[in-house]
Amino acid sequence: MSPFALLLMLAGLGLIAWLTSRARAAMFKRQGGRRMHSLPSQHGTFVAIWTILPALLFLILWATLSPSLVDQQVLQAPAAAQLPPFGFERASILAEARRLAAGSEYGAFNPLADTLAPAMRAAQLKYGWIGGGLTLLLALTCGGIAYLRIRPQFQARSHVESTVFVALLLASLIAIVTTVGIFASLLWESGRFFAVASPIDFLFGTHWSPQVIDPVRPGKSLGAVPLFWGTFFIGAVIAMVVAIPLGLMSAIYLTQYADPRVRTWMKPILEILAGVPTVVYGYFAALTVGPAIRQIAVALGDPFASSESALAAGLVMGVMIIPFVSSMADDAIAAVPTAMRDGSLAMGATTAETIRRVLLPAALPGVVAGVLLAASRAIGETMIVVMAASGAPNISLNPFEGATTVTKQIVDLLTGEAEFDSPKTLAAFALGLTLFCVTLLLNVVALHVVKRYREAYE
Amino acid sequence: MSEARPSIAEAGERAPTDWRAAAMQRRLRRRYASERRFRLWGLAAVVISAAFLAFLLFTMAASGIGGFLRSEIALPIDLKSAALPVTPEQLRSRGADFALASAGLENFVGVAVVRAFGPEGGDLVADNAWTFVRDAVKRDPSLLGQRVTIWVPASSALEAGARGDGPAPMRALAARFKASGMLARGFDWAFLTGTDSTDPTAVGIWGGLKGSMFTMLVTLLIAFPVGVLSAIYLEEYAPRNRWTDLIEVSINNLAAVPSIIFGLLGLALFLNTLHLPRSAPLVGGLTLALMIMPVIVIASRNAIKAVPPSIRDAALGVGASKVQVIFHHILPLALPGVLTGTIIGMARALGETAPLLLIGMRAFIVAAPDTLTDPATVLPVQIFLWSDEVSRGFVEKTSAAIIVLLLFLLAMNGLAIYLRNRFETRW
Repeated sequence: MSPFALLLMLAGLGLIAWLTSRARAAMFKRQGGRRMHSLPSQHGTFVAIWTILPALLFLILWATLSPSLVDQQVLQAPAAAQLPPFGFERASILAEARRLAAGSEYGAFNPLADTLAPAMRAAQLKYGWIGGGLTLLLALTCGGIAYLRIRPQFQARSHVESTVFVALLLASLIAIVTTVGIFASLLWESGRFFAVASPIDFLFGTHWSPQVIDPVRPGKSLGAVPLFWGTFFIGAVIAMVVAIPLGLMSAIYLTQYADPRVRTWMKPILEILAGVPTVVYGYFAALTVGPAIRQIAVALGDPFASSESALAAGLVMGVMIIPFVSSMADDAIAAVPTAMRDGSLAMGATTAETIRRVLLPAALPGVVAGVLLAASRAIGETMIVVMAASGAPNISLNPFEGATTVTKQIVDLLTGEAEFDSPKTLAAFALGLTLFCVTLLLNVVALHVVKRYREAYE
Repeated sequence: MSEARPSIAEAGERAPTDWRAAAMQRRLRRRYASERRFRLWGLAAVVISAAFLAFLLFTMAASGIGGFLRSEIALPIDLKSAALPVTPEQLRSRGADFALASAGLENFVGVAVVRAFGPEGGDLVADNAWTFVRDAVKRDPSLLGQRVTIWVPASSALEAGARGDGPAPMRALAARFKASGMLARGFDWAFLTGTDSTDPTAVGIWGGLKGSMFTMLVTLLIAFPVGVLSAIYLEEYAPRNRWTDLIEVSINNLAAVPSIIFGLLGLALFLNTLHLPRSAPLVGGLTLALMIMPVIVIASRNAIKAVPPSIRDAALGVGASKVQVIFHHILPLALPGVLTGTIIGMARALGETAPLLLIGMRAFIVAAPDTLTDPATVLPVQIFLWSDEVSRGFVEKTSAAIIVLLLFLLAMNGLAIYLRNRFETRW
């Protein structure tokens, strides 16, 4: 039985359970004439929950268990004796037999898979029926027991509401579980990396060449300083040089000078810049901005300029984060008490003087926080640098030269053909851990600055 | 008392500022000029930002519009002389493709091309031209006994010639065919219904689009309930204690974690620990669900917070239980805000590429996925893959796919704005 059909049947059973138990509860109400503790629909929900929930949990458990049971039965088949004892080949033959059995593939690449396919199909069918039967049995049993518990005094509502509460609590715990999951997986894989490469080599080494790894001391060819420099140079220098003036000045113009009608139109238009997918920016940077910057560099007298320059990636990234800077600056300026602005204007200062000497100094912490958040977004940005930055690990102040970043190297390391346990792929997790820590730090500092600043005026 | 220090009385008797004096006028002019300059800087910043956006969209539109068009060339073919060994029953069965292929249709079409366009004719039609003949025969088996003209896609080189670039001989050839009515340019339906290919004239976005839909389905099914339920818990139930603070801090931090970190999580957790299938929409959807869940939680909390306490109190006052208050009164009133946040989160997930690269959704996949566990790719990853291709023909196909992606995002964001304006109540 296919899982989808089973789910559909479970949903149908749940609906039937809800309808019949509601009718039964309503009958009690009519016959007994006394007040019931719960509404008929709450009784219905109670029984429906008992019908669906245990069966669903069992189904999930079965879905994780049954593939190994199927494999076990297939291995009993006489043809399975010819299988290679273990390793990649065995797994790929079994996977092919699975695809043949499912009918998603017709011609067999490996003849052994073809002979195993009928056994596989029989085993799948058998365990599919067993699992489906057990699921339905469980649904009917639990639903039946719950159905029999319906009495006028039965507190169905309390049961339903405590189930809802548990569901709410579990949902909110997923955020913690995710955070812990990220931290644990990064830490675990990085730990395995640092078991073969020294953290000192990784954090302070200036030689990055994952293609040719030193077999004796892998850390020597995995020094990440050029990556940190490239990330900082593209994300925190070039992108910020573009985004801070443009973002800040557009926020100032739109809040202080522009006609309200212009503001209502311009603000959403600028927000579109943050909504364009990064892969589109990356393509734009690689196709249009990169070659244009190369031509400028050639005109400036650098005939070997690359079209994958740090400037192209940084420039486009800067444009992408303009809305972040401008909306944070907007909020910070709006939070400055009007009395300060009015006082300055009343003293005869021009609007520009008021902004420069009164509003901006007062809003500075908020603006700084916005810049920090924007920087954290810029250094974590991936697609633009993957598509537009070069892979060359240079440490150079020349924006026309190529630079590579942490995120680009993570993608390059993990999308190659290397096996999973090599130092090369594990290094990606160490880079990810570094990136995670730095962005976390930036965010914590930014939130702290905003908090301190709010206290000053409220 | 020192003589040097002026008394208050003396300071008060200071001559009033002569605003008409030349020095003062100069000073005022300077201040006004600086005011105008500052204002101009602001305007310039807005204009530059908007101009960049306009330039970006214009570039994409200009280079992408051609990706929706395709040149087709009329191929005269005498299917009667081919005498293909296929029976009408075979053509009606599911194995029709296979039967026609093994009957040697591809070779025969190649012969027909050479007969029609000369020995170099193979360079004029796309590599998959014979599949168009095959589909035509499948639609109408009576063609097998006739001499017919079938429109097949032109090769990349002829396509470029028809647009006016590429080498001069090809341009001249294209012009000649066009003049004789044998070459026409029309809307490329195959671009919307086809899948990935190595030949730019044969590619389509349907594989990526379907993969995106499956992935978004998983994301929605996970992120929406979990996000809304945890927002309800945090706003309505959570006691003020350390655990609640921990949950809030986690959600706020998750919202700021770079997307690629979620890709690393998906790789380590879903693929290497739970052994879910690689490249599957299921894994992509789970990863993206974890990524956009904080967005939905934050938006839903704000929407729930905006429902006035009087509604809560009134419902509790007439005897509703807490769950009834929440699900009968608060949630329906907060729904527009919740849905707006969800759509914005989904739009973000739809445009996301980096985490999906890490969980293997970047493979070259020709078949559109049929289930959630089939290998698939998504539209943004498809764009990334095409942008890496060397062949010139992929440039406009990439831009065309970008236009489709942007249209989807525009529609989603437009829907969010409409919902917000139409249903949001100001209390």
